[in-house]
Amino acid sequence: MRDQHAAIAWNRFGLGARPGDTPPADPQRWLLDQLANYKPRPSTIASAPGSSEMAARARDYLQRIRALMGGGAGRRGPMANETSKLGDDASKRDEQQAIRKAIRQQYRDGYGQQVRARVSQALSTETPFAERLVHFWANHFAISVDKAQTIGLAGPLEFEAVRPHITGRFVDMLQAVERHPGMLMYLDQAQSIGPNSRLATAARRRQTRRQPGLNENLAREILELHTLGVGGGYAQPDVLELARALSGWSVGGFVRRPLGVEAPDGSFVFQPAWHEPGTRTLLGTRYGQEGEAQAHAMLQDLAAHPATARHLATKLARHFVADMPPPALVERLASAYHTSGGDLMAMYRVLISSPESWVSTNPKFKTPWDWTISALRATGTRQSPDLRIVAALNELGQPVWRPGSPAGWEDVAESWAAPDALLRRVEIAGRIAAIVGDRIDARSLAPRILPGVLSPATSSAIARADRPEQGLALLLASPEFLRR
Amino acid sequence: MIDRRRFLGHAGLAGAALLTPGLALAAASGERRFVLIILRGAMDGLSTVMPVGDPAYAALRRGFGPPAMAGAPITLDGTFALHPSLAETGKLFAKGEAAFIHAVASPYRERSHFDAQNVLETGGNAAYALKDGWLNRLLPMLPAAREPAIAISTTLPMALRGVAPATSFAPSKLPEADADLMSRAGALYESDPQLHTLWTQAMEARSLAGDKAEGRGNPTALGALAATFLAQPQGARIAVIEMTGWDTHANQPGRLAGLLRQLDGLINSLRTGLGPAWAQTAVVAATEFGRTAAPNGTGGTDHGTGSAAILAGGAIKGGRVISDWPGLAPAQLHEGRDLRATADLRALFAGLAAEHFGLDPAQVVRAGFAGAAIKPMTGLVRGQS
Repeated sequence: MRDQHAAIAWNRFGLGARPGDTPPADPQRWLLDQLANYKPRPSTIASAPGSSEMAARARDYLQRIRALMGGGAGRRGPMANETSKLGDDASKRDEQQAIRKAIRQQYRDGYGQQVRARVSQALSTETPFAERLVHFWANHFAISVDKAQTIGLAGPLEFEAVRPHITGRFVDMLQAVERHPGMLMYLDQAQSIGPNSRLATAARRRQTRRQPGLNENLAREILELHTLGVGGGYAQPDVLELARALSGWSVGGFVRRPLGVEAPDGSFVFQPAWHEPGTRTLLGTRYGQEGEAQAHAMLQDLAAHPATARHLATKLARHFVADMPPPALVERLASAYHTSGGDLMAMYRVLISSPESWVSTNPKFKTPWDWTISALRATGTRQSPDLRIVAALNELGQPVWRPGSPAGWEDVAESWAAPDALLRRVEIAGRIAAIVGDRIDARSLAPRILPGVLSPATSSAIARADRPEQGLALLLASPEFLRR
Repeated sequence: MIDRRRFLGHAGLAGAALLTPGLALAAASGERRFVLIILRGAMDGLSTVMPVGDPAYAALRRGFGPPAMAGAPITLDGTFALHPSLAETGKLFAKGEAAFIHAVASPYRERSHFDAQNVLETGGNAAYALKDGWLNRLLPMLPAAREPAIAISTTLPMALRGVAPATSFAPSKLPEADADLMSRAGALYESDPQLHTLWTQAMEARSLAGDKAEGRGNPTALGALAATFLAQPQGARIAVIEMTGWDTHANQPGRLAGLLRQLDGLINSLRTGLGPAWAQTAVVAATEFGRTAAPNGTGGTDHGTGSAAILAGGAIKGGRVISDWPGLAPAQLHEGRDLRATADLRALFAGLAAEHFGLDPAQVVRAGFAGAAIKPMTGLVRGQS
């Protein structure tokens, strides 16, 4: 029983055991202590390029393009397609293509460094439960790097807006994320202009070709994904009112429009001339604030809404406990959130102390990320060696920070337990074992990392393997290692 | 978990009993292929099949058409023109092997991608009302194929999830693990019902894919790979392919031109890969909802309602744009902003499946679409009135 609880703490709540780990004597205490010892900005994370550095790279690119074109590319975003403005001057086009290729490469390099930082942190951390919470919340506030502007900003969003707040109040994380350049760029908020703002009014007077306007993308996803959730009681007019309140929330250095105030590259900026003036009504409450404070107040109220408590409670329980989370547990988690004023620690304490969290069957099929990280940890890997890990996660169907939509990765077995996906896990288990397998005896490793959980069938398959690497591959591909 | 062999035997009997008697098609329906292409992210139907004959269209979309470098729009009839990136599909239309359904949507009327895709794929009346996919629920009614329905992806999309056997396969860049490890892993999964089923299906798909297993993940390669499975004499008869990236909130004209070119390549690679079997094939490409009639402030469009669906295949009675056109004047728009839907995607799916496989349409609606009050479309397939 005690062995089993240690295995649950390691696997269901953590990132899997490493060869030298000692089973915690008090698994619940072990999890809680991690939250006290958690480091938001350890050196592995601090050394990866952040949003200001990525923005500076984009700014440099813009300047080079402008110099090339004699100052003509003023009003476009850094990744917009500039070919149309270059006319048919072939040599300029070639040079411009070379610059674009270079910046794309720089962006990809930045992304690669950020992925390696995330992997290294997951492999070396002493607080794996806290890291799991980081991954959980980053997926809750997912952005996807398949948009050119966000290739280098998904890592910074996690590092700068999520990590500092996982043990604090949800509303602080919410505010930090919605102001982060990664989110503002990904959901097209950075260029959203109120139709009666000073900028839009001026554009109408001048009859410019492209009239600026609202973009409701971020507003909708805040309501649907980040706070209330589907069925949380909002309707299309609420989406529009939140979008109007958010107009003017933008990013320095990335977006150039008339009447804008200057701001440092890659930092949040409120643009008063783009903001839709007037009082707004969201979910029946009137917001008379001026400017930036209006959407800020709306986010405060959304975070405190009972629908948000239920939405977050359901997702947290689904992530850690079961695809169909026990309703009583969800109820207790939601109530802990609500009565504590949105304190995430209060929710985690309920999660850890609930009997539903400690059932002995392995109810969750690991995601490709969880499985890959736990496999590398089981083999004693402490550093992300190179970008092979990125390639492996692509093949397994879960490239880092690229869920393809703001809903993030799905968190149920049906999304991951599929024929081809299983085959690839066995292939990758074979590849990991080929690298480290000759140094590891899977026969003694298996009972140490899966105490009380290892099945006789897996034990005997490992024992009958024809060489050490094959035994290790079978351990990593075994049913009890695929689940948590 | 149902044993596959027993299930197929059972399904074969049930399928035979469900065939509409007297249809000449019934005997040959085992040769029929069906491909569902899911366009995730909400394709802008108004840019794909452009209602150039509607005077309100020019006013709404001035300066927002296909980029000049994509070529000139392809005239379809007096009202509609096709986006120039769909050149090969346009040729199929001219040959009578492609058709377009316009102003069509699922019953879902909100604007969440995720809920809308759930409705599109489950065939339910509301999001999350059903737990499995409409296409999976139709599988037991179809003639027994030796190979299960296949999704060309690493995991199963909702449309194919359910109790009937379905598998998934996607091109891999990984070197294959050694055969010995494979057989030992397979043995280890034998006592685990979930993993055993998945493993068996994976092994069968891999052996059928042959050298196409090394292909890259672009849509044209996915189409060629799907065709490999479907073209085999005893191979899969149902395939699902996904394409993402249609959520064009910003800089739409250039992005959409690229996406439609990829979709065109996918349809064309299905045609060439299927060879003679193309004559027995129906392809339908559909999206979860349309986009706003007017562009937004960032050179894109926001979530809307009605969109267009694409039909292709030698079995399709093509050369037509099928639409009860609702118009784009301000008063004609849904909620003053979206193309109103005058056709139901469920009626399209149900009608196409019924005609293509010679099934009773009422049965298809009951099994696939929760017995909804919809009238399955007719006359979509050659040889049908």
